[in-house]
Amino acid sequence: MSFGNIFGAWVSVFLTLAILSYLYKDNPFYKVAEHIYVGVSAAYWGTIAFWNQVWPNLFGRLWPYVDDQSTLSKFNQFWYKIYNGLHWFSHNVFPENGIPGDQQQNLWYIIAFFLGLFMLARLIPSINWLGRWSLAYVVGMAAGLRIYGFMSSNVIAQIHGSLLPLWGESLGTVINNLVLIVGTVTGLFYFFFSVEHKGIFGKISRVGIHFLMISFGASFGFAVMGRISLLIGRFNKLIEYSHKQYGYATLILLVAMVATLLILNLKKTEEVTE
Amino acid sequence: MKNRGIWLKIFLLFMLIFNFAIGSEININVEVDKSEAEGQLVNMLITGIDNTTNFKVFKKLGDELQWIELKSIDKLSSKIYIKNDILTSLKVTTYDDNEKVIAEAISEPFITKAQWFNTSRLARFIFLLVTSILILFYIEKAKKKKEIYLRPIAGLKAFEEAVGRATEMGKSVLFIPGIMDLDQVETISGIIILGHVSKMTARYETDLNVPVARSIVMEAGREIVRESYMSEGRPDQFNSDMVHYLTDDQFAYAAGVNGIMLREKPAAVFMQGKFYAESLILAETGNSIGAIQIAGTGSQAQLPFFITACDYTLIGEEFFAASAYLSQDPKLLGSIKGQDMVKAAIMIIIVVGVIFESFGAEFFKKLFEIG
Repeated sequence: MSFGNIFGAWVSVFLTLAILSYLYKDNPFYKVAEHIYVGVSAAYWGTIAFWNQVWPNLFGRLWPYVDDQSTLSKFNQFWYKIYNGLHWFSHNVFPENGIPGDQQQNLWYIIAFFLGLFMLARLIPSINWLGRWSLAYVVGMAAGLRIYGFMSSNVIAQIHGSLLPLWGESLGTVINNLVLIVGTVTGLFYFFFSVEHKGIFGKISRVGIHFLMISFGASFGFAVMGRISLLIGRFNKLIEYSHKQYGYATLILLVAMVATLLILNLKKTEEVTE
Repeated sequence: MKNRGIWLKIFLLFMLIFNFAIGSEININVEVDKSEAEGQLVNMLITGIDNTTNFKVFKKLGDELQWIELKSIDKLSSKIYIKNDILTSLKVTTYDDNEKVIAEAISEPFITKAQWFNTSRLARFIFLLVTSILILFYIEKAKKKKEIYLRPIAGLKAFEEAVGRATEMGKSVLFIPGIMDLDQVETISGIIILGHVSKMTARYETDLNVPVARSIVMEAGREIVRESYMSEGRPDQFNSDMVHYLTDDQFAYAAGVNGIMLREKPAAVFMQGKFYAESLILAETGNSIGAIQIAGTGSQAQLPFFITACDYTLIGEEFFAASAYLSQDPKLLGSIKGQDMVKAAIMIIIVVGVIFESFGAEFFKKLFEIG
């Protein structure tokens, strides 16, 4: 077993136990694990966003790699002169002759480039209003794009799926179809806001909410089963790391952490008593 | 010389017969697919052969003589993408184990074109049109000061109560706008609700804390909170750090928000947006610190957790209607009424459709098929 593996196991055990220690209460171990997790993941996602999104999809489309800049059109020669300036600025981010990869040049992405710059303009108070344009674009684009998807999958496909015959080959099919139709119509009625849910409307709505709650219950049970299997997976790792080849990592760290928490708790109690 | 000519003729005749024999073994039917607006798509069907084997597909453009290999397939039907507005032919060949051509077939020449209208999406277009007209009609009606009744929703009534409770206890209000970006409708809705909640915190001079998981959501959140504090005449109380970024990572964000909950112990926790598996972790921690919790999401899989662990939950559509309720803006109220009418239409369609289906008339259901 290499030192790297053993060290990795200790770090893994420490972080797992530190995160789980929050079940006791907020404590220094949890704070350490939380800050490491938040800090590392923020840096990780920032790096991923730049190198996997901005670099290939934006810069890669604006300045794809070319073998020889002199063979380009006059406009593109000028365009790549801007890139050469960026290349002078950073050789790693902007390698010579363009961004390597299989992207084709698409100058429409200049709009995305400027919208990105507008977001950065928020750092300068006098022009921070430019950032609103980027936000407006994102919100408008999202609403426009989603409405079609929702209309297809959440409305029309649902209607299509609900159009079932009331009688079928077996009693099971009939009951199944009936439950689906009644559940869909009454569930939909529950979300009817402009009618007071009283009298017959109240009764239909109540049937609908019962259907919703039953489906939530089933969903809850299903998800809890999935979480339990995740927990078992984590415990299996802790058990594995408690063996001799890992230097009894789980046992030692567990005892050390429990002892530290006890001492801290005793100290705090003494301070409160004084 | 004469013999050579005869042999050449015999050879050519043999080749012609052989070629005919090859061609007669399989057939290729190519149908231009008009369901894609971009064109460029043909559905190819190979017939005359029973067993599925490996085929090679070639194309020939216009007057070109050479066949260009497109792809290898192992089934009888396939979708082929080609360039629009160019006369194209397809050829299919099958091979034996020794890579020897067993049979081949050539299609009739065809042209694909970009379509102005995608007829397979007609139902969706009509539905979208009717929905838009209904919503716009009721918005106009609401603008003309026609009163619109909306039934009470308990969760929305509790918003003011929750902020009031935090004010009385001298504690902060924690608002979690979900973990997704601004391209999700739930996040947009959550940010709009944040605007209303921040108006309340500005009015009551209560601390507001909004940890976010996405940079664009942070900017949008800051913008809307600043606006709220300005509109309530309390710009001095606004601090851009009220809305702060934690991390993009789902569970790191959950760990960070849990830390905030355990340390600051906010009196009111709002979870309004798009949530995934972190929902129960957040809701349980909020419950453990005794905060009044109001959740709202359209994420069906997370609703059970919120219903279990929160005091109030805005379920799906209630969550999207929240901003109309809170603002009482005629435009938003009108749109809720319009959406109700769409729901009524859907209910009628389902009832009518079920009757048709029960009597074996399938045409009605076919209208709602998504190609």
